[in-house]
Amino acid sequence: MNGIIEGKITAVKQHNNREEKSQILQAKAGRWERILVILRKSKARFIPEILVEKLLMLSAVVSIMALLLISVFIFSRGVPLIASVGLGDFLFSLEWKPIQGKFGIGAMFVGSLLLTSASLAWAVPLGLLTAIFMAEIAPPPVGRIMTRMVSLLAGIPSVVYGFFGLVIIVPLIRNYLGGTGMSVLAGAIILGIMILPTIINISRDAIQAVPLVYKESSLALGASHYQTIGRLILPAASSGIITAVVLAMGRAIGETMAVVMVTGNAAIIPDSLLAPLRTMTSNIVLEMGYAAGDHQAALFATGAILFIFILLLNLLLNFIRRAGKRYAGN
Amino acid sequence: MPGTRIGEKALTCLLYLSALIIIGILLAIVGYIVYKGLAMINLDFIMQAPRRAGKEGGISSTIVGTLYLTVLSLAIAAPLGVGTAIHLEEYAQKESYFAYLVTLTAETLAAIPSIIYGLFGFVFFVIYLKLGWSIWSGSLTLAIMVWPTITRTAQEAILSVPREYRENSLALGASKLQTIRKIVIPAAIPGIVTGMILALGRAIGETAAVLLTAGTSLGMPLSPADPARSMSVHLYMLAMEGLSMERAFGTAFLIIILLLFINYLANRSMSLLSHNGG
Amino acid sequence: MEKAIKMKSRELNLFYGNFQALYNINMDIEENRVTALIGPSGCGKSSFLRSLNRLNELIEGSRISGEVFLDDSAIYEKGINVVELRKKVGMVFQKPAVFPMSIYENVAYGPRIHGIKKRSELDEIVCRSLQSANLWDEVKDRLVAPANQMSGGQQQRLVIARVLAVQPEVILMDEPASALDPISTARLEELIAILKTRYTIVIVTHNMQQAARVSDYTGFFLHGCMLEFNRTEELFLNPRHNKTEDYITGRFG
Repeated sequence: MNGIIEGKITAVKQHNNREEKSQILQAKAGRWERILVILRKSKARFIPEILVEKLLMLSAVVSIMALLLISVFIFSRGVPLIASVGLGDFLFSLEWKPIQGKFGIGAMFVGSLLLTSASLAWAVPLGLLTAIFMAEIAPPPVGRIMTRMVSLLAGIPSVVYGFFGLVIIVPLIRNYLGGTGMSVLAGAIILGIMILPTIINISRDAIQAVPLVYKESSLALGASHYQTIGRLILPAASSGIITAVVLAMGRAIGETMAVVMVTGNAAIIPDSLLAPLRTMTSNIVLEMGYAAGDHQAALFATGAILFIFILLLNLLLNFIRRAGKRYAGN
Repeated sequence: MPGTRIGEKALTCLLYLSALIIIGILLAIVGYIVYKGLAMINLDFIMQAPRRAGKEGGISSTIVGTLYLTVLSLAIAAPLGVGTAIHLEEYAQKESYFAYLVTLTAETLAAIPSIIYGLFGFVFFVIYLKLGWSIWSGSLTLAIMVWPTITRTAQEAILSVPREYRENSLALGASKLQTIRKIVIPAAIPGIVTGMILALGRAIGETAAVLLTAGTSLGMPLSPADPARSMSVHLYMLAMEGLSMERAFGTAFLIIILLLFINYLANRSMSLLSHNGG
Repeated sequence: MEKAIKMKSRELNLFYGNFQALYNINMDIEENRVTALIGPSGCGKSSFLRSLNRLNELIEGSRISGEVFLDDSAIYEKGINVVELRKKVGMVFQKPAVFPMSIYENVAYGPRIHGIKKRSELDEIVCRSLQSANLWDEVKDRLVAPANQMSGGQQQRLVIARVLAVQPEVILMDEPASALDPISTARLEELIAILKTRYTIVIVTHNMQQAARVSDYTGFFLHGCMLEFNRTEELFLNPRHNKTEDYITGRFG
C-alpha cells in the first residue's frame, strides 16, 4: 500500500517538474519552439503506443483471415462437386468409383460414424472412471503421477499410435480372432486410446470444479463418499462431462493417420467388427496423392462435409456450456 | 441403507483398475517401441541419408526436415500468437465483439482436423501461392495449426500476472506500453515459453498436414523452398509400404524420445524460468 | 433439575499435521439448548465444531487425541458408523450451499441417501422439513424450481430444511448468518429459537450480539483453547477471564 502511495507522490512530483520546465520553455521560446515542445510532449509517447496497439490487433486479425481463407478454399473446391452430384447421392450412395465418375461417400460416412461410436463406447466409461479416480479417490501423489501419465499419452502423435496398432494390435486380432486384423476393432481400440486423454482431462476438471461445500454438505447429511459422487458430484459435473465426450467425438471423427494404418481401407460398409472399413479422413489422405480434376474436387467435398460436422459439434459444445452455466446457477 | 461395505470396496477396486489400465496402455506403447527401436539407434542411423526409398541407410534428412519445419512454423506462429494474446488481454475491451470473434476463431481453428489443414495447405500454399511442395508450405500450414495453442497459453500467462505489478508501474508514471514491455511480458515469459514448447511438440507429431504440403521427398532440404519429409511422414511411409520395419521402429523411437524430452522441458521451463523472474 | 448433556468433549486435542488447532477442550453441551462458540478468527471454534461430526477428517493429516461423546457413546471409536453419526449430528455451513437441483430434490436428498424411496414418504418428509424451517409457505407452489434462484436467506433456510429432513438430534451451525442481510438474519434467529425445543444446537458465530441474543451457553475460544464457558448472561455480564472481557468489549478480534 505504502509503495503505491509513494509511487503516486513521485509521479505527481515528476509531472509538476515537467510542468515547470515547459512553462519556462514557453516563456523563453518563440512561437515555433512552443509548438515543437507541445508536439514532442504529447506525441512522443503516443505514436508508438497507438502503432503497437494496431499492430497487435493486426496479428489477431490475421488469424480470423486464416479461418476465412480455409473455409473459402475448402468450400469453393468442394461445393460445386456436391452440387453436381447431388447432396443426397454424395452422402449416401455407396458407390465410390472415381474412375467411372461415381462419387458416393456413403460407405466412408458410415465408416466414420461407426468407428467413432465404437471407440467412444469403451473409451468414455474407462475415461470417466479414471477421471473419478484421479479427482476423488487417488491420494495426491498418485494423482500427480496419473496426471503426468495422461499428459504423456496425450502427447504421442497419431502416426505412432497407428504404427503401434499396425505392429501389435493388428497381428493380435489376426491370430486370435480372425480376419486380416485390419479391422473396425483395431481402429476402435487405437482410436479409443487416442481420445482417452481428452475424456479424462476434461471430465476430471469438471469434477474438481464442483464446489467443495457441496461435497461437505452431502457428507454432513450422512452420505457416503460414493453416494456423494454418484448422486451429487457427477450430476453437478454433467455438463463438463458431456463437453468432454463431444470434444472426444470431434477428435475421433477428424483422426486420420492412425485410422489409415489399421483399418484396412476397404470402401465398403463393414459387416462385422473384424471387417475392414474406410473413413472419410482415410479416403482423403489415401487418394489425394494422385487425384485430379473431379476426383480431387470430390476429396475436397469430403473435407467440406467433415468441416461442417466439426462446426456443428462446436456449436453443440457452446450450447451445452451455456446451458450448464444456467442450471448450476450462481 | 447406504452403499454396502462390499459394494464400496468393489467400486474402489474398479477405479484403481481403470487407472492401472491407463498406465498399462502407456507403458505398453512406449515400452514396446523403445524396446524394438533402441536396437536400431546408432550414429549411422542419425547421420546417414536414407537410401532406396528408406529401405536402407539412416534418416538424417528427415531429422533435418522435421527440425526445419517445426522451428520455422514456430517462428511464424509465435509473434502472431503472443501478439494476439497481448492485444486481447491488454488492449481489447473484454466483452467486445472483436475479442469474442478472435476467441471463437481460436477455438474453431483448434478443432479443425489436421487433414483439412492438409487440404487447405495444399490448395492455398502449394498451388495458389505457387510455393510448391516445400518447407514454406509446410511451415505456414503448421503455423496456423499451432497458433491457437500459443495464443491460449500466452493469454493465461498474461492473465496470471498480478494486477499489482501493472498498477505500481503505471503509478510510477510508466506508459501502458512500457508497462507491458518491461513488467507484464517478462513476468509472463515462463507461461509463454511453456506454450511454445507444447506447440513445438504438436508440430513434430503432425503428419497429415505435412504430408500434403511439404511433400515426401527424401533429399536433404537446404532452403525453405525445398521439399522435405518429416520423421512422422517417414514413419508413415515406411510402415504403410512395409519397406523396413526396423527403421520404422527406429524412427518411432526417435520421435518418442524427442517428445518425451519436450514434455520434460515444458514441465521444467515453468519452474526454471519463474525463479529468475521471482 | 438434572441437566441432560447431549454431547461432550473430553481432553480433545486436534492436530493438522504438525499444527495443533485445539488444546484440551472440555465442554458439555446441554440438550435442547443453544450453545454458542465465539472468538477471533483462527481461534479453533470452527475446527471444534467440525470435530463434533467428524467432518475434520476430510482434511489431510488431521488427527485427534481425547474423545467426543454423543449421548455417552464415544464417536471416534473404531467401528463407529460415521454415516449414522452424521445423520444424528447435522451441519449447516456458512455459505448456503444449495445443491444444483430443485428445492424438492435438495430436501429429499438426505432421505433418499438413507434408503427412502416411496414418493409419498418423501413428499411428507419434504413438507414437514420445509415447515419446520419456516420456508414451506414461500415455496410450496414451486417445489420443482431450481434452488439457486432463491434469495440468500431462503437458501439458508432450505439448507436447514435439508438437514432437518434426516431427523438429526444435534444441529451444528458454522456462522450461518454471516452471508445474510439483517432481516434474513433476524428470521434465522427466530427459527433457531423455535428449533431448540426439539434439537440441540451448537452455533459458531463471530457476531457477539448474535451470540448474546440467541444462545443459552457460550464458550470463548482463543488460540485453540477454550478460555471460558458459562451461561450466556454470566459470560457477557461477568466474564471471569480478562481476555474474554477484552474480546467482548471489542478490544481485539
